[in-house]
Amino acid sequence: MPSEDLIEIRDLSFSYNARAILKGVNMTMQRGKVIAVMGGSGSGKTTLLRLIGGTISPSAGYVKFDNQKVHELNRNALFELRRKMGMLFQFGALFTDLSVFDNVAFQIREHTDLPEAMIRDLVLMKLHAVGLRGAHQLMPAELSGGMARRVALARSIALDPMLIMYDEPFTGLDPISLSVIGSLIRRLTDALGTTAIVVTHDVQESLQIVDYVYFIADGVIAAEGTPKEVIETVKPFVHQFVHGEIDGPVPFHYPAADYHADLQLEDNFV
Amino acid sequence: MFKHLISSIRHVGHGIIDSTWRLGYAARFFILVLLKSATSLRRFGLVIRELYFIGVLSLIIIVVSGLFVGMVLGLQGYETLQKFGAESAVGTLVALSLVRELGPVVAALLFASRAGSAITAEIGLMKATEQLSAMSMMAVDPVARVVAPRFWAGVISMPLLAAIFSVMGVFGGYLVTVIFIGVDEGTFWSQMQDNVDFRIDIVNGVIKSFFFGIAVAAIAVFEGFDAPPTAEGVSGATTRTVVTSSLSILGLDFILTAFMFRGIN
Repeated sequence: MPSEDLIEIRDLSFSYNARAILKGVNMTMQRGKVIAVMGGSGSGKTTLLRLIGGTISPSAGYVKFDNQKVHELNRNALFELRRKMGMLFQFGALFTDLSVFDNVAFQIREHTDLPEAMIRDLVLMKLHAVGLRGAHQLMPAELSGGMARRVALARSIALDPMLIMYDEPFTGLDPISLSVIGSLIRRLTDALGTTAIVVTHDVQESLQIVDYVYFIADGVIAAEGTPKEVIETVKPFVHQFVHGEIDGPVPFHYPAADYHADLQLEDNFV
Repeated sequence: MFKHLISSIRHVGHGIIDSTWRLGYAARFFILVLLKSATSLRRFGLVIRELYFIGVLSLIIIVVSGLFVGMVLGLQGYETLQKFGAESAVGTLVALSLVRELGPVVAALLFASRAGSAITAEIGLMKATEQLSAMSMMAVDPVARVVAPRFWAGVISMPLLAAIFSVMGVFGGYLVTVIFIGVDEGTFWSQMQDNVDFRIDIVNGVIKSFFFGIAVAAIAVFEGFDAPPTAEGVSGATTRTVVTSSLSILGLDFILTAFMFRGIN
């Protein structure tokens, strides 16, 4: 019987050259849940996704996916593991030389020997799930930002993965597209029985659809909890982030010398 | 003064170390492409698709350039040879110039500018827009799926394009010297037939263009794959492809010519 936790992250650290991005992160992600990972720009959220996907290796600690330590796998085993994962990139990352249909069919054609008639049905079903069955003949250049994101979503669920990772799925979308993507993330996770990790800055939209939230700041988990707990928290960083306050633990001003001294103002001039 | 000298030496040393490192990295990448080629050669449809974009779409520039180069060769050759009463040798001059040198070299330079730069820009942009990362996350190896088919399409296209360039060049020479100037047609073709050796001239020309194809395709795919994922990075990589390929073609041409035609009278 599979464990209830799909992902277990223990003491995970990662550095780019001498700069520490993650410093001993611990997380547990249950099957069938939508988990948000929030934090400021450059806090290591996308790095965390890349560590889970095994495209980079940690400097310490481990990521266990479906009871396998990701960075200990050889190349073939890692590719085998990635077939159980789907990923939605920030701007979709659709293959620009392939049509919408071929983009969604790409992974099915690469990894299975299914007949073309069955691939057609599967692709149209996935596109129908994101509301774009009628756009299957279009090229990526003909899609709006929101549509491209939905096609990428259909592509990421093509092989019914156990985990779907969303890297900033709400960036640059209009309010309607934003709601559509948010609702699709929740509905597809529930319908397919997958697990979803949503890396995002969009507090309001994501708190409506997720089951659990992790906040990353300065390379560590600054706070975690259910959306309700997060909204009611009194922790200064989380409070500032959730309520969008301009000053707080994350200061408005970049560290600088004394303002008066910098402007060479006399005391009596102030 | 002393400080300035040390700084200059350090700068030169740094450049040499960087270049050596990059050469080694490129060589490792080239070996990786060869190792991953089995997949793309098994699924030859991927190579065929690239052959269309890289080879077929380069045809027009090769055909037109070949025709004009041949016409100029015919004109210049006739003007020079007639001073010595040797205008009947103009067919030989045109054909030998083309199959030995101009065909492979000029076709390769045009190929580097047209197809090499396109390959680099395409792979570089795929990297910048995370398409290669997406492919990798889908458990599909980008080197096997994207890089290797383009490399082999380049290697296969180059000798064919060079051959077409030479044929068009000879036709251009024929047009100018026989049709417009009035050199005897029989002499033009028979001189050419007598003096152009299949093994020494034509086969060596094809071998040259095969090596040029390897060089251009390898440089183009490497620069694309290694391009920094920004607009500036892709633009710089595209420029490097054209410059490095052109210099490599000319350098390789000298080396290959020295080996092939040494001792031939």
